[in-house]
Amino acid sequence: MSGQGAQDAKFFQRGKIQEFRAELQAAETKDKKFTKRKTVLKKIVANITMGNDMSPLFNDVIQCLSIPSLEIKKMVYLFLVCYGRSKSDQIRLVMPSFLQDCEDRNPLIRALAIRTMSYIPAPIVVEELEDPLRHALKDRDPYVRKTAAICVAKLYNADPRKCERNGFVELLRDLLLDTNATVVANAVAALTEIGDRQDGVIFKLNLTVANKLLAALGESSEWGQIYILDSLLRYVPEKHEDAELMAERVIIQLQHANSAVVLTTIKVLLYLMNYMENRRLMDYICKKMGPPLVTLLSSGPEVQYVALRNILLIIQRRPQVLKNDVKVFFCKYNDPIYVKLAKLEIMYRLAREENAREVLAELQEYASEVDVDFVRKAVRSIGRLAIKVQPAADDCIKALLDLIETKVTYVVQEAVIVIKDVFRRYPGRYEGIIPTLCANLDALDEPESKAAMVWIVGQFADRIENADELMDDLTYTFLEEPTEVQFALLSAAVKTFIYKSQSETIKALVHKVLKWATEEVDNPDLRDRGFMYWRLLALSPAAASEIVLAEKPAITTDADRMDRGALDQLLLHTGTLGSIYHKNPETFIRGATGKALTDSPALNPLSRQVLVPVARTHLLPPTTIRVPGPVDPRVANPPSPVLPPRQNGASLPTAVAPSASQDSTAASPVTQDLLGGEEDGDGEGDTEDHEHEDLARAQAVAPASDPYAALDSAFGGHLAGEPRPQHNGDANDDLLF
Amino acid sequence: MASLIAILDLKGKPLIQRSYRDDVPSSYIERFLPIVLELEEDGAQVTPCFTREGVNYLHIRHSNLYLLALSKRNSNAAEIILFLHRLVSVLIEYFKELEEESIRDNFVIIYELLDEMMDFGYPQTTESKILQEYITQESYKLEVQVRPPIAVTNAVSWRSEGIRYRKNEVFLDVIESVNLLVNSTGNVVRSEILGAIKMKCYLSGMPELRLGLNDKVMFETTGRTARGKAIEMEDVKFHQCVRLSRFENDRTISFIPPDGEFELMSYRLSTPVKPLVWVEAAVEHHKGSRVEYMVKVKAQFKRRSTANNVEIYVPVPDDADTPKFRASTGAVQYAPDKSAFVWKIKQLGGGREFLMRAHFGLPSVRGEHDSMDKRAPITVKFEIPYFTVSGIQVRYLKIVEKSGYQALPWVRYITQNGDDYSLRTALEKGSAPIVPM
Repeated sequence: MSGQGAQDAKFFQRGKIQEFRAELQAAETKDKKFTKRKTVLKKIVANITMGNDMSPLFNDVIQCLSIPSLEIKKMVYLFLVCYGRSKSDQIRLVMPSFLQDCEDRNPLIRALAIRTMSYIPAPIVVEELEDPLRHALKDRDPYVRKTAAICVAKLYNADPRKCERNGFVELLRDLLLDTNATVVANAVAALTEIGDRQDGVIFKLNLTVANKLLAALGESSEWGQIYILDSLLRYVPEKHEDAELMAERVIIQLQHANSAVVLTTIKVLLYLMNYMENRRLMDYICKKMGPPLVTLLSSGPEVQYVALRNILLIIQRRPQVLKNDVKVFFCKYNDPIYVKLAKLEIMYRLAREENAREVLAELQEYASEVDVDFVRKAVRSIGRLAIKVQPAADDCIKALLDLIETKVTYVVQEAVIVIKDVFRRYPGRYEGIIPTLCANLDALDEPESKAAMVWIVGQFADRIENADELMDDLTYTFLEEPTEVQFALLSAAVKTFIYKSQSETIKALVHKVLKWATEEVDNPDLRDRGFMYWRLLALSPAAASEIVLAEKPAITTDADRMDRGALDQLLLHTGTLGSIYHKNPETFIRGATGKALTDSPALNPLSRQVLVPVARTHLLPPTTIRVPGPVDPRVANPPSPVLPPRQNGASLPTAVAPSASQDSTAASPVTQDLLGGEEDGDGEGDTEDHEHEDLARAQAVAPASDPYAALDSAFGGHLAGEPRPQHNGDANDDLLF
Repeated sequence: MASLIAILDLKGKPLIQRSYRDDVPSSYIERFLPIVLELEEDGAQVTPCFTREGVNYLHIRHSNLYLLALSKRNSNAAEIILFLHRLVSVLIEYFKELEEESIRDNFVIIYELLDEMMDFGYPQTTESKILQEYITQESYKLEVQVRPPIAVTNAVSWRSEGIRYRKNEVFLDVIESVNLLVNSTGNVVRSEILGAIKMKCYLSGMPELRLGLNDKVMFETTGRTARGKAIEMEDVKFHQCVRLSRFENDRTISFIPPDGEFELMSYRLSTPVKPLVWVEAAVEHHKGSRVEYMVKVKAQFKRRSTANNVEIYVPVPDDADTPKFRASTGAVQYAPDKSAFVWKIKQLGGGREFLMRAHFGLPSVRGEHDSMDKRAPITVKFEIPYFTVSGIQVRYLKIVEKSGYQALPWVRYITQNGDDYSLRTALEKGSAPIVPM
């Protein structure tokens, strides 16, 4: 019972194999309560824990299996899990004992036996496991059945085709209708695992089965609820009402204390909303999602972090969620830095005219904190706020100038960087502050800020009286500067020259810089640009002026909103690692299958239009799969559990796979079919004002066929549809053993 | 799901580990800390989850330990991180403390627990009360066998049958924690009340409980009128024993409780809260050689209540020295490790107001970094018994068991500071509106 601690730390001493062997043998005599052997086994397990190889003791340890003590049995089983695989010959000796345990009167022992066996992927064990597992799946005790369900997933992992041939997938599927909710949940987990494999049987749910699972939801343990909720994404609503009814049933889980249950519920709701029409219900769901998300921020920092990264995605897709809650994302002084940075990003997203003043006041507080990284991001956010919310721009600029006053170098540098963008966003409004910036030239020692300042000097050389002198100073160290600064200096020198062509200083300067760039610098890009400017100036100064001083496109904040199709796809991974990294799993996990919304008559038109197909890995033709092992002609053809590798349309025969018709569109590429249909989607969940904008954006984006264009490197630099290089070499590994 | 769970010491050495899948070799455990150190060195943030060479590392910290999960899949991060937290609480319930020593002392049973709590990387049973029924340190022979408690797979997975008490009692603690942030102008920027109802249940059999609160939404849905104040909870979270569908239908909180101590529910209100304990400070720097503080505390709640164990943390520069204090009540201490001084007041009566003064010397030569004042807020700790700031009340707790026993419910209320009760009201003298008494 609780509190009564053992004192086994003494066993953590490196021991010799020979000694342990001798001790085990010696312990056989006069060991009435098996305490001696228990002690030796503890020493052995302690050595395993320390990382010492105890496998030579295999034969000695398995002798202990005959001892009628559960504690000893568990230690021997642990030993077997560690070394069983490498001793594929000797493991044979343990089989009788395993099989005996599989028939024990005690369900705990029966479950322990199949669980342990299934952890040992030696062929002989897998072979011997089949019969007892088949029985265990129908055991009268739910504890054994729930354990057996997971065992099937392990078996499938070891040998998928064999597992299918022996009908285990069907047995597992039958467990979906088990009377015990825990068994159902584990069966769902196992089927999900199998369905997630590239070569696995497709796991889809029809309405009947989905409803049965929902019924089990209330009786499941908290973890079981997660598996069941997760599986609901495998159900594709055919009618709006189906999606709406299901959402109404699921929504109560938002009140669960387990934050993973809450996040998974949100994932299901977000998914179902894609298939809904009832705008009022969708608004209601969005309203209901807010408070639980806020409550997650009262959990430990790790859970907060997971929540924050997900919130960042959710509010981009469903802007009305948390729209009025920017304050809850204000940083606490003692938040870990990763939490603060994640909050900062959300504060920026939620900032609008109504709350800009409060947000700015907070950002100003942060700008005087200790953590340099955080301070920098805070300063940068002030600038971004100015760019995003026009009415707040004046206050933001004032705040930035105050920060420059502090003369703290990294603050000044960040301020200069963002002010450059502010100048571009609001031409003609804030150039009056340039002298203040120029006064802080000396503080700039980082490439980015220096380049920004140089850009400002060049761009506004006509308004800076001593621009030529400043440039002269700045170019003094031209040859030692990083490339980024050299580029900026080159362009700025040319601009200044065009503005002030009569200045002798600048004439000499531009000549000097061009000469350096073309003769002394090793970087070919810089050299090319030098030549370009040189010729331009030489051939036609008028043309040069027109080109170099051409009007710049205005900066907007549109680019940092993630693309709708990409968001839809990422939100299918809510709560998972992908939603934290903001990457689709196939981009950071080898062999992972992507997810995409499945088309159905109920899918709202806009979602369909921006649908990003799953990046399919190049699969081998089905025949290749049956190469290993003897091919049983009976099972080579459907209907059988042996299915061709996951292709659109293939599906599990009975209850699990209702209609194949809907599958075929799963991977349909981005089509422009709907571009003509202007009738805007009232089945769409965004706020009205975003709707048209979204539609317009979508139409603009769809034909470009690169929906990720706006996602800076989030997708590992690969286009969604491209075959990814990592798969070229080893597709075999994934398909076969 | 996780491929491997390990507990590491601060040097990154695994103390105990359990592998659930072969896809991540255990050698990756030892790569964890070097990656963390490398990230720190690069000035990058160490987040609870990161990916390296196709392996995902998820971790939490508990005192001097890392709990680490490795995965090669797009696992449910929320689930795994929560599981690690549960593992911590189960091990603490088993061994009182979770530290290097208790892990070594109990490694055999920890292996058993790891085998039972997670299968193939999927969390299974994490209820420590139930686990303790069949995973114990008592040696037993196979003849007197432990069996898996029905609760493991039952719909009621948190309570076993056959519990007996001589005296049937229930204790309810309603605890409200106030988080708030006051800015330098004295306005409340953000405030929230985090409430929790904690129970200690000593009840026989399988009792059915029903809890009635002065919940505004409940009154509205049932059409009843509230006597006195009703409160509007913005979000409510329930222990898994509470029937969520009944709550959704008619706001009834009905449940079969676990045995012993547990948190029945938590709730959150974001109604504006007046700072119950108000603190402000006037700071006066004297030419960089010394600094003076005048601090005022005011109890802004009814006279009949009292705040106990009030602790006021006022930040001071890191290099402040030779502290001198004078307080009209309580005691003051310098806490250089927190870069603050602490004013402790055992009992602060409602409506009362006190002043204190502090004086510190400062080194005459100051580093460049001090030019920018890092402005940590003033933070306050306190407890106000017999009082809830939200006004929540337990109207009734009905207990029905088929044997028909009578059970007594006991209710306590307390309001305290949350983990973030801060006031940015330490201001340079002149800008501070403090009027000495």
